[in-house]
Amino acid sequence: MLNQSDLTPSAAENANAPSPLPARPLVVVEPSRSLAALNLRDFWAYRELLFFLAWRDVKVRYKQTALGAAWAVLQPLFMMLIFTLFFGRLAGVDTKGVPYPLFALAGLVPWTFFANAVTASGNSLVGSANLITKVYFPRALVPIAAVVAGLVDLLIAFLTLVGMMLYYKVALTAHVLLLPVLGLLTTLFAIGVGMWMSALNVKYRDVRFALPFLIQIWLFVSSVIVPSTTLPARWRWLLALNPMSAIIEAYRAALLGLAFDWAALAVAAVITLAALIYSAYSFRRVEKTFADII
Amino acid sequence: MPPIIKVEHLGKQYRLGRAQAPYSTLRETLVGALRSPLRRLRGGEPATFVWAVEDVSFAVNPGEIVGIIGRNGAGKSTLLKMLSRITEPTRGRIELYGRVGSLLEVGTGFHPELTGRENIYLNGAILGMARTEIARKFDEIVAFAEVEKFIDTPVKHYSSGMYLRLAFAVAAHLEPEILLVDEVLAVGDARFQRKCLDKMQSVGQQGRTVLFVSHNMPAITRLCPRTILLDAGKVLSDGPSHQVVSVYLSAGLGTTAAREWPDAERAPGGEVVRLRAVRVRTEAGEVTDALDIRRPVGIEMEFDVLAGGHVLVPNYHFFNEEGVYVFVSGDRDPAWLNRPRPPGRYVSTAWIPGNLLTEGSMIVGAAVTTPEPARIHFFERDAVAFQVIDSLAGDSVRGDYAGPIPGVVRPLLQWETRYTPAAREALAAVAERQNS
Repeated sequence: MLNQSDLTPSAAENANAPSPLPARPLVVVEPSRSLAALNLRDFWAYRELLFFLAWRDVKVRYKQTALGAAWAVLQPLFMMLIFTLFFGRLAGVDTKGVPYPLFALAGLVPWTFFANAVTASGNSLVGSANLITKVYFPRALVPIAAVVAGLVDLLIAFLTLVGMMLYYKVALTAHVLLLPVLGLLTTLFAIGVGMWMSALNVKYRDVRFALPFLIQIWLFVSSVIVPSTTLPARWRWLLALNPMSAIIEAYRAALLGLAFDWAALAVAAVITLAALIYSAYSFRRVEKTFADII
Repeated sequence: MPPIIKVEHLGKQYRLGRAQAPYSTLRETLVGALRSPLRRLRGGEPATFVWAVEDVSFAVNPGEIVGIIGRNGAGKSTLLKMLSRITEPTRGRIELYGRVGSLLEVGTGFHPELTGRENIYLNGAILGMARTEIARKFDEIVAFAEVEKFIDTPVKHYSSGMYLRLAFAVAAHLEPEILLVDEVLAVGDARFQRKCLDKMQSVGQQGRTVLFVSHNMPAITRLCPRTILLDAGKVLSDGPSHQVVSVYLSAGLGTTAAREWPDAERAPGGEVVRLRAVRVRTEAGEVTDALDIRRPVGIEMEFDVLAGGHVLVPNYHFFNEEGVYVFVSGDRDPAWLNRPRPPGRYVSTAWIPGNLLTEGSMIVGAAVTTPEPARIHFFERDAVAFQVIDSLAGDSVRGDYAGPIPGVVRPLLQWETRYTPAAREALAAVAERQNS
């Protein structure tokens, strides 16, 4: 009969024993207080996973579709054609001298990114149920990665915009230097909205149906089709509550060398930040139950 | 020696009924919010909660390999999920003094459209490996999985064996200080399981800490010097594996061959019928969960009829371990066919002939229904389960063949042979007769 201690090499005798234990636990698991903020240290530890998840989304989308990257160009391009026909020609929207196709495309490229990013992000958590119930990582990475993956399409779509600007012989100004900042702002706002939607979606599957509808309406109040100046000045402050309106107008100003509405942009930045904080907080609150209810 | 894992008074509470409605729609919540104040006024149905894990405490020293056993629903998986941070505890605390890798499934996050190479990187990152670490071990992983030729093929074109090998290869090269493993060995063929067990053993020898949840008692006793037995969410026993495993087996916790409902109020059923027990019996009347493939099996259901006047049909539903609905059998006993049953205690047994079922697990659901007007009095889905064992005795369908045999049933059939000799054979036979 073997003695149990013969089978168990004590850790001291074990030549391959791992390095000494840290004095403080690496991880403490306990019921969380809902007010606790997102664990930023955790995010840093998993930064590579963010990249891999975004990379997977891009790869899979391009592999599964016949036209692949062409969709990134076709979507805004066709919308531009339709808008030009109906709003540019038939309705004769006043764009203050900017050719309507260019006006529309300059707004549609960032808008398409935002719309796709929010939709993908909102459905991302539910679509990753198999991951969430089997392995731990900061759950917020899933909706964030879905937004980040959309950036690839945004860059490709920008090429069409460059083509259009060459065609209309629009000279670049120093204003384009603001584009990266606008890109960051759009990304952050998309994360703010998308992350919140993704968490709601786990609890209420209505989100999947409500989201496309919401985004469609949103398009009409985001200064994509008509400039905000068409609205009477009295009501323009209402538009300022929608950060996308100011952001889209700023894209246009940056590309076409028009004047920036700094006040509106500042309000948009503040709202974006607020949306991001609220979204992170509400995500955190439901995060702990994801694995149980998804 | 300070422990590497410290678990203190850990508890996890689930709300009952969540399984049927895992997510709600907005409308239901709104309607619920309007109704619930009324419900509270009426003092109606209180929410029922259940502790999947209740007040569990233990510590694990670095380098220990600890088995976790217990029957289904004992809280093993919930415990593992809390340790791997997939789900949060309701109370208590876990301290982990090392990097945790959890293997609750192989191939988590594998995407069919991506190639083997791409999936290795993706899966590695999901399991917590750094990109440089994956790159360093890449060739080793590919060699272990034996998929060199197909590494740039999308995994949707892989055979299930290749897929599994690749998935396990990535997981096997994870090098955390603490490894949590759940039933990974339940998948794959015997050779693959062997490989997994060997790998687990070598992981243990490298001085890493392993927590291993399994139903495979031989594997537990061989791999783990120490075992924790969970029952109803609590630690029932914790100590040397051979002792704990024998506690498990002798306490009848290991058997799934009998289920009894001693409390009539809480038994499945309603005002007409209540299920009281389901048992798996051999011809000799012995209750067992391990049955010889050649012998008949009796499934016995004990139920009380509380209100007379109903035609009642006891019936059984058989599922295999993959969830395939193998067959259904309803009571055809002429004594009670279409005849209303008076109140009383009934024991109905269905006999499955020998040499019909295939090897492996059978999960039996038990129900009593009324055909006209159709009504299900109860349907207990996972009432009992048993294992069908095919020994190499030579007189079963298997004969002397030792390899795997596919199929959901394995009936022993009567075979008939008719033989007409070919012309040449016939002539040879005649010639032979003349020579002799």
